[in-house]
Amino acid sequence: MTITIQLNGRPVTAEVSPDTLLLDFVRAHGCASVKCGCETAGCGLCTVFLDDVPVLSCSVLAARADGHSVTTLEGLQDEAAEFVGFIADQGADQCGFCNPGFVMNTIALLRDNPDPTDEEIRSYLAGNLCRCSGYEGQLRGIRSFLNSRKEGAQ
Amino acid sequence: MLQFQNYVRAQSLEQAYTLNQNRRARVLGGMLWLRTEGGTAGTAIDLSALGLDTIERTGEGWAIGAMVSLRTLERHPELNAMTGGAFAKALAPIVGVQFRNLATVGGSVWGRFGFSDVLTLLLALDAEVELYHAGRIPLAQFAELAPDRDILVRVLVPDAPVKLDYQAARIARTDLPLLTCAAALPQDAPPRLIIGARPMRAMPVADAQGILSAGLTPEAIRAFADYAAGAVPTGTNSRGSAEYRTHLVKVLTTRALGGLIQ
Ligand SMILES: Cc1cc2nc3c(=O)[nH]c(=O)nc-3n(C[C@H](O)[C@H](O)[C@H](O)COP(=O)(O)OP(=O)(O)OC[C@H]3O[C@@H](n4cnc5c(N)ncnc54)[C@H](O)[C@@H]3O)c2cc1C
Ligand code: FES
Ligand code: FES
Repeated sequence: MTITIQLNGRPVTAEVSPDTLLLDFVRAHGCASVKCGCETAGCGLCTVFLDDVPVLSCSVLAARADGHSVTTLEGLQDEAAEFVGFIADQGADQCGFCNPGFVMNTIALLRDNPDPTDEEIRSYLAGNLCRCSGYEGQLRGIRSFLNSRKEGAQ
Repeated sequence: MLQFQNYVRAQSLEQAYTLNQNRRARVLGGMLWLRTEGGTAGTAIDLSALGLDTIERTGEGWAIGAMVSLRTLERHPELNAMTGGAFAKALAPIVGVQFRNLATVGGSVWGRFGFSDVLTLLLALDAEVELYHAGRIPLAQFAELAPDRDILVRVLVPDAPVKLDYQAARIARTDLPLLTCAAALPQDAPPRLIIGARPMRAMPVADAQGILSAGLTPEAIRAFADYAAGAVPTGTNSRGSAEYRTHLVKVLTTRALGGLIQ
């Protein structure tokens, strides 16, 4: 079957099987930041935005996304650049494998709730697993980004 | 990972129902549970173009479309206002935001999963289900039935003032619950208690001895929690033993009923 998806703002038309996953579709079209980290829909590494809503691309059929818009980290470089340095400064990234999914969901969090509490951050990012760290570095990084943004606004 | 031979975005419920009469067809909810099934299925029936992703107020209450995501339900202002935030409390611990943006009410209820927070909560609210072929039936009755080839269209929640308290025990955040418990106090009916993740399906605990009939006092709550621990069958799985779950029945019942009088 033929589908058309707005991928990072440009229309991509391709032939897919009925059971092609959105994850495999975006990877086949140049979005290698999107990775598969589990078999149980539990790790968050495959996060993309489907019509601006963060979802697990490992669990969406490409066919269902036909006619919709999909955004990956490749299309959100500017928005990510605002805060990833703060997370890196905390030494939060170790192997870095979880990073793209984590950054995507952090973007979603900050769009939804520009000034989250620590508990709101933990709860929003709870579905992003990191096998190396204890999440504290990520939390400190987001907190220091939010603090610097507030200071900048004053 | 489950594989499909065909994909159909259904244009009507009639079409979805007809396609689903083939034993090899699968209705797609959020696909999160479905994808863990192995093997090859025939037609994947997508309900996402049928406008079933809305929560509407009807004359009697709330009609929650089968394709409403758990995240939408978790954040619904009126349903949370009606229940003291129980929707958010019950659903927010399920895996993660991206997961709940996909997981549907229809798939969650259809699955009748033993561990289900969703089923525990909706049973406490005395919900009904609307099936395409079988029509409306109480959720409590639906929960007992084995899955057939019908289509779940909506879940109906009565719009009646109700106090609700939701409790669940987990070994770790985002894991499946060890035990779930919801207590509801309707305005003009006796309290209801539902226990789930026993690990068997959620069940109501009837007050057969009238322990709570004189009111929800701390003593009555303690007595009822003891009674519930004896009345609710529990089992052992990798997350916990039957003995531990029975202990949790007592603790969570005390907390949930206690939450109703605060
Ligand atoms: C890793 C993991 C962890 C989970 N943790 C929890 C938890 O902690 N608490 C909790 O409550 N739940 C939990 N769940 C269950 C989850 O919340 C959903 O209930 C589950 O994934 C089913 O919803 P779905 O929309 O993905 O349905 P699907 O997987 O798409 O469908 C499930 C079944 O229902 C059928 N179906 C779907 N929609 C309909 C319909 N409208 N009519 C007829 N049949 C239909 C499908 O054919 C399939 O047989 C978990 C699931 C997973 C995979
Ligand atoms: S690959 Fe792990 S949640 Fe999608
Ligand atoms: S840094 Fe290795 S998985 Fe997160």
